[in-house]
Amino acid sequence: MIKRILKKTLWQKPLFLKRQLKKAKQLQGGIKLQGFKSLSNATPVQTLPVPPQLIIPLKQHIGEAAKPIVNVGSQVYKGQIIAEPNGYISSPVHASSSGVVAAIEARPIPHASHIRETCIVIHTDGKDQWHPSVQSMPKPLALSAEDLRRRIREAGIAGLGGAVFPSAVKLKPTSEIGTLIINGVECEPYITCDDVLMRYHADAIIQGALLLARIVRPRKIVVAIEDNKPQACQSITNAINRFKAAGVTAANTIHAAQVPEIFPAGGEKQLIKVLTGKEVPSGSLPYELGIVCLNVGTTAAIYDALYLGQPLVSRIMTVTGEGLDAPGNYRVSLGTPIHYVLAHAGFARQQNAEVIMGGPMMGVAIADHAAPVVKATNCLLIKNTRQIRQPAASMPCIRCGQCATVCPIRLLPQQLYWHARSKAFEKLANYHIDDCIECGCCQVVCPAKLPLVHYFRFAKSEIKARGRERKKADVSRLRNEARCVRLEKIRIEQEERKARRKAIRKQVKPPDTNPDQSMPVSSNASSSEGVIPEAQTEESPPLVKHEDQAKTMVR
Amino acid sequence: MPLRQSTNQQSGNNIVSAPFIASGQSISGVMRHVIYALCPAAVVAFYCFGWGILTNLVIACAGALLWESLMLYLRNRPITSYVTDNSALVTAILLGLALPPMAPWWLLLTGTFFAIAVAKQLYGGLGYNALNPAMAGYAVLLISFPREMSAWLAPLALPVADLGFFETVAWVIFNDLPNDVTFDTFTSATPLDYLRTEISRGVSFSEVRVSPVVGAIAGKGVEWINLAVLLGGLWLCYKKLISWHIPVTVLAGLGVLSGAFHFYAPERFADPGFHLFSGATMLCAFFIATDPVTAPVTPLGKIIYGFLIGFLTYIIRTWGGYPDAVAFAVLLMNFTAPLLDQYTQPRIYGAGQRKGGARNG
Repeated sequence: MIKRILKKTLWQKPLFLKRQLKKAKQLQGGIKLQGFKSLSNATPVQTLPVPPQLIIPLKQHIGEAAKPIVNVGSQVYKGQIIAEPNGYISSPVHASSSGVVAAIEARPIPHASHIRETCIVIHTDGKDQWHPSVQSMPKPLALSAEDLRRRIREAGIAGLGGAVFPSAVKLKPTSEIGTLIINGVECEPYITCDDVLMRYHADAIIQGALLLARIVRPRKIVVAIEDNKPQACQSITNAINRFKAAGVTAANTIHAAQVPEIFPAGGEKQLIKVLTGKEVPSGSLPYELGIVCLNVGTTAAIYDALYLGQPLVSRIMTVTGEGLDAPGNYRVSLGTPIHYVLAHAGFARQQNAEVIMGGPMMGVAIADHAAPVVKATNCLLIKNTRQIRQPAASMPCIRCGQCATVCPIRLLPQQLYWHARSKAFEKLANYHIDDCIECGCCQVVCPAKLPLVHYFRFAKSEIKARGRERKKADVSRLRNEARCVRLEKIRIEQEERKARRKAIRKQVKPPDTNPDQSMPVSSNASSSEGVIPEAQTEESPPLVKHEDQAKTMVR
Repeated sequence: MPLRQSTNQQSGNNIVSAPFIASGQSISGVMRHVIYALCPAAVVAFYCFGWGILTNLVIACAGALLWESLMLYLRNRPITSYVTDNSALVTAILLGLALPPMAPWWLLLTGTFFAIAVAKQLYGGLGYNALNPAMAGYAVLLISFPREMSAWLAPLALPVADLGFFETVAWVIFNDLPNDVTFDTFTSATPLDYLRTEISRGVSFSEVRVSPVVGAIAGKGVEWINLAVLLGGLWLCYKKLISWHIPVTVLAGLGVLSGAFHFYAPERFADPGFHLFSGATMLCAFFIATDPVTAPVTPLGKIIYGFLIGFLTYIIRTWGGYPDAVAFAVLLMNFTAPLLDQYTQPRIYGAGQRKGGARNG
């Protein structure tokens, strides 16, 4: 079975240009994986009922966590903002159904390191009542680009392909946009939520794309679909033709493009390479090439937000795997506990079955099934541990170079592994570890069965942590230097003052006639003026300055 | 035994993180395929040289496994999992094919000892050796035992005396020959050796070409073995276990240089065909130079490495002190592999051409 999964790598079979895709450029590396898509893509999207309890994390997007603006006990309605964005790269969070806020506390979230984060827990009332602010909009296309962008931000829309980058930030027009790519590639095995979305809701995607075109004003719009989804492609093409026939002139700039089935062709940078032949410069974003790339799910969510006025309170997700009675795609309210979803899909918790959020290549293992569905949850994959390859005892690297052959970034994973093991972080930077997208291709093909991606994640986080440490150390060094200078200044001032006082005292002393009366008083006075203020100047003013310094450094 | 397990540096990999799938590839599988690919060569060599090849292979394999297990034991490494990776067997088979057939047992054991115990295990075992183990063993034998190392059997119909299995074993183990046979009756110079001596005596290449030692392309028998190695090597390329870079460039390097000299003075220098199908050329191009542990990993690095091995092989064969030069060419280039790797990093996705190059330095 494993042999079947790994059929061929890209370089074995040159890509043939599709008719619709005139400039198909070869993605270097990548592997061909067996899709297992038919497990879940045969049926339309079903809507999952609202669970009795919703756990809504404040951070479901990349960037800063949202700030809660409701209190425990508040009545909330579906679509109501319950936490507002905190900073530019942030996103608001909405109540996914109506009910009462039961708690605002740390709960387990679906995360690789099984951490807990602050969540707003809502006890739903079962009415699923929309907030009065949720109003459908007759003609969003008439709005200005800035207005549309603001509404997208207020609707809490973030990339639903899995990266959950706030979409409004992506749509900031910083340069002229030539191509708008709507990403329906979905190259991970098992996941089919974009596939069924394109099959059954193509109109929403096209209308969303036209709205996006209103914002970024591209010359053309490409809906990219992997060539293992002919039905989705057909459905999108039909929708485009319908819009053209209806006289929507903007629809003439849209076309569907098939991209070859290869993992990770659906990664943003990889897709751009495949579609345009251009490479996003290392360390920068696609808009520098005049390209904006959004997932089909995100595009449909933008349609919902602008036409129907509904913020992002639910998403379509795939629930699939060999251990399920009813695999398929479900529209799930954000915050629904994972065990609730699994129970609906007919999952009897077996002893040795594992749940993965996302696909088998880049997903995370879910330890706690009480964790909620979040904006990033595109798939819940159930596999028996027997079927999932547990990392077997690994052997030493023999530098066979298979990893380098499949790396879509053309990194040298074997060298990275070598240096990550020896914690040579500077060397790792020279070998561009920051460009690793953690797609996992190298680890899949490794004959030594080395946990390469794990090493790379470790090294990356370590490098980041070290960078932070260094910054901190720099800040404290600067502070300390400033403090020393200050202390020195104070010392000099005090000495001068003492000297002056001495000089004054000397001048005063000769006419001193009554020492018994004045001396104790003057000595007291001098001590209170001299010693205690000294101590104060040495302690308290530097502290105040400290904080000032810290603030400027942080800024 | 618990100690042995805990000192295993690779243990503790029970990490559950993506990716959750893996290919069925394993190191032992890769090595097993390399052994399969060497089978045609072993069969043809057996046909050409008789039982002497079999004794070579058997003793070399036994020796390699012995030294490997012993060193793993001394180094506190898990013996079974490392011995079954088949890498020692590959080294042993390469050495067994490269050494003169019917080599005495002590020669094989010394060779495998140096290859496995010194060149491989003392440097950290599988994946950590800087030098190709088989070639390190071969070079040590070539320097230490020149007489035994140059005593090649005459291939095919050439031998006057045809030794049976038991006579071969008797010679290999006890240095004992049947009464009517002397050692010289069944050995002859290798084609490359013959070429060297004849050319240095002033005999022209065209005369060498028609001598009974030489067959259609190169040395009689040897050319067939080289063809069989080529076949196995191409199969490895087809299976994607080795990339084309090193074999093609090794052969091209050797072919281009020998072609140029042959074109300039056809009578003084052998033609490319002779060089490509003589000695261990094919074995080097497909099985020795491609040893991933000791070769560069970047495509450009592999190309430079391959060309230089080809050039060095020709230079040492033509003007050096030994008739064949594969071992020295490979060992010399092994030293350059880390450097080549460092300076030939591929341009990564999204890196500007110049920027990437500058950052690599």
